Amino acid sequence: MYAQMVKTDTTSVKTREEMSAEERAFQDRVDADIKIEAKDWMPENYRKTLIRQISQHAHSEIVGQLPEANWLTRAPTLERKAILLAKIQDEAGHGLYLYCAAETLGVSRDELTEQLLTGKAKYSSIFNYPTLTWADVGTIGWLVDGAAIMNQVPLQRCSFGPYSRAMIRVCKEESFHQRQGYDALMKMCLKGTAAQKAMCQDAFNRWWWPSLMMFGPPDKESVHSAQSMAWKIKLNSNDELRQKFVDQTVPQAEYLGLEIPDPNLSWNEERGHYDFGEIDWSELFSVVRGDGPCNRERLAARRKAWDDGAWFREGLMAHAEKKSARKDTQKNAA
Amino acid sequence: MGEWPLWEVFIRGQHGGNHRHVGSLHAPDAEKAVMNARDVYTRRNEGVSIWVVRATDITASAPGEKGPLFEPSNSKVYRHPTFFDIPDDVGAM
Ligand SMILES: [Fe+2]
Ligand SMILES: [Fe+2]
Repeated sequence: MYAQMVKTDTTSVKTREEMSAEERAFQDRVDADIKIEAKDWMPENYRKTLIRQISQHAHSEIVGQLPEANWLTRAPTLERKAILLAKIQDEAGHGLYLYCAAETLGVSRDELTEQLLTGKAKYSSIFNYPTLTWADVGTIGWLVDGAAIMNQVPLQRCSFGPYSRAMIRVCKEESFHQRQGYDALMKMCLKGTAAQKAMCQDAFNRWWWPSLMMFGPPDKESVHSAQSMAWKIKLNSNDELRQKFVDQTVPQAEYLGLEIPDPNLSWNEERGHYDFGEIDWSELFSVVRGDGPCNRERLAARRKAWDDGAWFREGLMAHAEKKSARKDTQKNAA
Repeated sequence: MGEWPLWEVFIRGQHGGNHRHVGSLHAPDAEKAVMNARDVYTRRNEGVSIWVVRATDITASAPGEKGPLFEPSNSKVYRHPTFFDIPDDVGAM
């Protein structure tokens, strides 16, 4: 997901007997669906895990702008360009909501930025794939934002107040993202030329598996899930959401006339779900390690943006300080 | 140089009502904070008025004082109209 394989620093979920009185009271509040607010007492690992999860989520929103920005200047019409620009601007907003939520836990924005730029903090694996054609932009909206929605909707109910409120804002805006993507693909698949349709199939082929990987490793290998679920900062298991995504997406692909690039995909009447083929987990782990097709390019772009913006950040700050100093002297003179 | 200070953002929506806290952001001064708030928090007509306040200027009640602060109002149920049983015969009240 936008936050994948978030470590919890715990080896197992504590039983009530093993918990301190404070921990027990905290867990009771979580169990009763009472939101935890930034100033409330919380276990140190809950705080640390949340900083990791929320900042990873924020970094994903920010880095996620890059693959789409690749097509801003080459969008096929002025309207598509304006739509894409608005979508990318939303993602910047999502990043900002989330950074602020993380900051309530006592970490500074600069620290978070540094963790991204040094590679210490991760962002979603999905944004390390290239956008080769215009069809990739539509496919990202449809699949990547679609997968994000699947994960973010339940997170609106997560136990940490600021994170939950950020998710509510994000979810309000996310549906537009998925629809504009699907709409772009409908245009090409249903009304386009054979070449345009082939372009869509090619993009779909390349994004299908990485989209499934977004949900993270299979449940049996998700070592940190149990603790995160007990804390209600993860509401559904990886496999559960992945299955839901496949079930929702297959009919949408069929409507577009696109073929799912998985020979093992079939409807399982008994389960009431689609069965699908084995995911190549070695690919996910190599992307997360930093060896995906675009990891280096993405980080280099973020570093450049940060460095190139330094004069601007410093200039505005210097101006603000000068102005407030002038106001002070005027006040003292009066 | 240190990071831009943090501002809390309050927005009053289209249909009247109070300014409501919507989130926070970083900006070098109040003027830029309003501009940034426009971009971050009102991309879909969410507001017609923006307030920004430096986060360090806000004084908050402490979570530990929740009891002493709010319990007194808990015990005064007679402050709610439903506390009183008024017979139907007297009409709307
Ligand atoms: Fe987003
Ligand atoms: Fe999005």
